[in-house]
Amino acid sequence: MEGEQDLYLGELEMKPPKNAPETDSKAKEITRDGAKEGRQEVSQEELKNAYQSATEDPEKLRKMIPDTIVNMVESTDRLVPQSRRPLLKAIFDKAYPVLATVMCIAIIALLLVTVSWMPPFGSADNPTSNEVAQRYIEQGLEETGAVNIVSGMILDYRAFDTLGESNVLFIATIAVMILMRLDSKEEKEQLSAEEAAYTHENTLEPEHDAILRSVAFLLVPMLLIFGMYIILCGHLGPGGGFSGGAVIGASLILYANAYGFQKMEKLFTAKTYKAISFCALGFYALAKSYSFFTGANELESIISAGTPGRILSAGLILPLNICVGLVVACTMYSFYVLFRKGGY
Amino acid sequence: MTLNQFLQNLPFFSIMIALISGVVCSVLPGKAAKRVNAGVIITVMILSAITLGYTLQTGTYFVYTMGHFPAPWGNEIRAGVLEALTALMFSMVMLLSLMGGYHKLDEEVEQTKVNYYYVLVNLLLTSLLALIYTNDLFTAYVFVEINTIAACGLIMIRQIGRTIEAAVRYMIMNLLGSGLLLLGICMMYGITGHLLMSNIQESVAALAASGEYHVPLLVSIALMCVGLAIKSALFPFHTWLPDAYGYSTISSAAILSSLVSKGYIFLLIKIVYRVVGFEVFQETHIVNVLFVFGLAGMIFGSLSAIRENDVRRMIAFSSIAQIGYIYMGIGLGTEVGMIAAVFHIFSHSASKALVFISTIGLTDMSGYSRKFIRLTGAAYRNVIAGIGFTVASLSMVGVPLFAGFISKLLFAQACISNEGKLLPTMIVLALSTILNAIYYLKTAIRIYVPSGVKDEPRTVWGANRLYTAAIIGFMVLNFTLGIFSQPFVDLITEGLHMFA
Repeated sequence: MEGEQDLYLGELEMKPPKNAPETDSKAKEITRDGAKEGRQEVSQEELKNAYQSATEDPEKLRKMIPDTIVNMVESTDRLVPQSRRPLLKAIFDKAYPVLATVMCIAIIALLLVTVSWMPPFGSADNPTSNEVAQRYIEQGLEETGAVNIVSGMILDYRAFDTLGESNVLFIATIAVMILMRLDSKEEKEQLSAEEAAYTHENTLEPEHDAILRSVAFLLVPMLLIFGMYIILCGHLGPGGGFSGGAVIGASLILYANAYGFQKMEKLFTAKTYKAISFCALGFYALAKSYSFFTGANELESIISAGTPGRILSAGLILPLNICVGLVVACTMYSFYVLFRKGGY
Repeated sequence: MTLNQFLQNLPFFSIMIALISGVVCSVLPGKAAKRVNAGVIITVMILSAITLGYTLQTGTYFVYTMGHFPAPWGNEIRAGVLEALTALMFSMVMLLSLMGGYHKLDEEVEQTKVNYYYVLVNLLLTSLLALIYTNDLFTAYVFVEINTIAACGLIMIRQIGRTIEAAVRYMIMNLLGSGLLLLGICMMYGITGHLLMSNIQESVAALAASGEYHVPLLVSIALMCVGLAIKSALFPFHTWLPDAYGYSTISSAAILSSLVSKGYIFLLIKIVYRVVGFEVFQETHIVNVLFVFGLAGMIFGSLSAIRENDVRRMIAFSSIAQIGYIYMGIGLGTEVGMIAAVFHIFSHSASKALVFISTIGLTDMSGYSRKFIRLTGAAYRNVIAGIGFTVASLSMVGVPLFAGFISKLLFAQACISNEGKLLPTMIVLALSTILNAIYYLKTAIRIYVPSGVKDEPRTVWGANRLYTAAIIGFMVLNFTLGIFSQPFVDLITEGLHMFA
């Protein structure tokens, strides 16, 4: 069976070629009758032998995906998806979009009605303006030492949530790495060769783009410094780790776009990512564990709020902002690189 | 600091150890990550056991402030008997599931990415522990996010087309669920002004009494319930489930089916008791909706399983039926119903993970085919997996001496407490048991039918010690839940009293 490659299963799942109507109709007949003679017979013995010969090399074995092959061969009716009840399927196909639209409209209407019953936005006697918000506003500066009360809230009052949130970013990067990172040398070389050929030929690529390069030359240093400023002064004014990290991440992406990944790799590779995320998250978790532990057990903590307004004040907020900023910047850049070329 | 004070730190320690080890595993090579992971799970198990002993001894729950600021301003976690028991059970099932699947991980996951698997598992454990212990609705949401992404990674780390497709489907459905949950939490915050569970409960009770903000309150509860129902695969929202459980690597399938969906159900129970309040929740009639869909799931999940020819997918469909049981128990709206539901969470975790783990032994010895007919005589080719599968099947069907029997008994006893729902519950329970028996016993008999082939290859006894140990561990867990069930039921009852 000489067929096109399947998008998902690579060379494993074979579809009958489109320009061979006889095979197609034959397959359909087989499915309809449920006759078994037409099936491609692959004996259990053969598969087992093939599998066992591959067991020495785990990488080879992984690529064989044995149970998928077996299933594909065994269930011919899956190879040619065909509804057994065409009338029902036709009705379903027609009704589905209509029903989906009706449902969506109903849910939107429900939510709009609910919003009209909610307390008015920003009103002074809303349930949300209670003792919780009051203490944040009145005593926040004194208790956390942070002039920017938002930083005080997310990194001191509710630091546990933010610890969780930075781990969301970390685990998202890990998930993307699992999905996108290319580990075998051949795949990498092939990809970089393709990329090189493409950029060499295509004059619209950033490599030939003087405007992009000059703008990036001017902007990237400023963006980096601005990002650092946002992070470092997160406890003194508007800003903080999340926003500053996003700015730094964006500037790294801009630089990589203008000057190519090769230059960027001198500064930032997978090893850098590992080291930074490990240090930042490890420090965050350990420092906050110390703070939680002393707080919960009412022990004396060595961390003091300091003089509000100074750069070295607000206890752990400044170092935690740096940690969060590093994690956010690395996450943004890693996402970009992984989706663009599958590794760095 | 006295010993008693120190013991109150243990839930916090277990969350933090799991979290830090997740970060550490990202820089370790695969084998070291595996050891760290196993060590962490065992530590969490021990810490949870000590916490359980401590809460039993003091006879009350305790609140632990996360930081220097007391609860409505800072974060806090709360531990009682039920929380500690759940943490203990979950970590135990997780360790056994991993043990049963180590040998497949080497085959199915790229060598360079094996350590990421343990990062995901560690962070999944963190999020489960945080969901179990948290007393703050927003903290719960943050860890629901971690849970979702970790579960998604566990599905797609075996990179074949089917799992990628399953992961995409899982992601879409679960993000929808997370979104609805977040919407519900936001509305709840808007009308009560609190995120701490105990404060919300006070406000909700006052709002329900005065009738103020009636519509937003109702919609908010409904959104949270629907969001969590989607995430735990209640019947009409189950479409992401069969592929996700059916094609992922075996440890992932076991962990996903027995822990991830249960974590969300635990959060739902927490919301019912500690956020909305049991009485208010009953008055909203959402409880009836959950009941009806639970019943529907019990039937349709089993029907799909019967029609399925692929063993792994059959077991996956059976999960839908079992989730239906749990929602039916919650939907009864009585305390006994809730006890039965919680017990079923435990018994189903113990049995379903065992089914998955033993199935992989059977299919691997049947030419790697997952087709039903190929399993003929598989129990002779892999004896321990055959025994494990039989034990788990009998437990799922609900034969006496096994864990599943006790949960069915509890459900049957519970439905007497609610007269209006007595008849439908009894009928569907009986029907569903028969349907369960059809496909589980069919498979159990099939694996013991001699295939007639002479000199078949067999697994050597003791060839894979960890796998054998995992199956034996699960069987012991099953029998413990099935034979010494009364202490567990007492613990759950006490825990639920403490919970509210």
